[in-house]
Amino acid sequence: MEDEMMDEEVIKKFLYVNRKAPYGTVYALESLEVVLIGAAFDQDVSLAFIDDGVYQLKKDQNTSVDAGAGMKNFSKTYRALEAYDVEKLYVDKKSMDERGLSVDDLLVDVEILDEAKMAEMMGQQDVVLSF
Amino acid sequence: MAIEVNGKTVETDEEDYLVNLSDWTKEIAEVLAKQDELELTEQHWEIITYLRDYYEEYQIAPAVRVLTKAIGKKFGKDKGNSKYLYSLFPYGPGKQACRFAGLPKPTGCI
Repeated sequence: MEDEMMDEEVIKKFLYVNRKAPYGTVYALESLEVVLIGAAFDQDVSLAFIDDGVYQLKKDQNTSVDAGAGMKNFSKTYRALEAYDVEKLYVDKKSMDERGLSVDDLLVDVEILDEAKMAEMMGQQDVVLSF
Repeated sequence: MAIEVNGKTVETDEEDYLVNLSDWTKEIAEVLAKQDELELTEQHWEIITYLRDYYEEYQIAPAVRVLTKAIGKKFGKDKGNSKYLYSLFPYGPGKQACRFAGLPKPTGCI
């Protein structure tokens, strides 16, 4: 019975758009938690990182009080996403270039998209959530 | 809330999870298990230790589904299934084992 119901469920394409720096506001952490919770629902999930949101994926984050953040460093959690079947991570090329970042600076494997490709990817989504 | 271990008071939240992860010791795990009327065996420790390593690496307590899969990968199919994990942790491998391991409740666990 349960299996039957599962089969009837429609898989939707969910995109989480992250535009804010990881610390200073709670958006990045909240987004990550929603993604992890939502992963239980077997949807088709993608994440996009744009503007200061690209900093969320930066290696070697120092979040101590001395460094000015004073928050838990949750950046390692992005590495756990793969096991949650969240494997599509897109990063905006212009945002990376403007901040002098390359894929080698990031914690996880991503796909870099230019503006046109990013727009096209967004257009294919059923649900877009912005953080 | 709090529990007493070796004469030391350790702070816990309203669901008996440790407030400070750094407070954790093996004795605390044993005291928490005793509250649930469980005796921790080598098999329990295998999972508890795995959870602590997982948290160290990813900074989260894994969802049950993710834990089950990872245990199977690491310790074999005999152990990477809900039946085995529930036999060790009857209140749920996520909730109960994470509590013994001194971790927060898994994200998304209600």
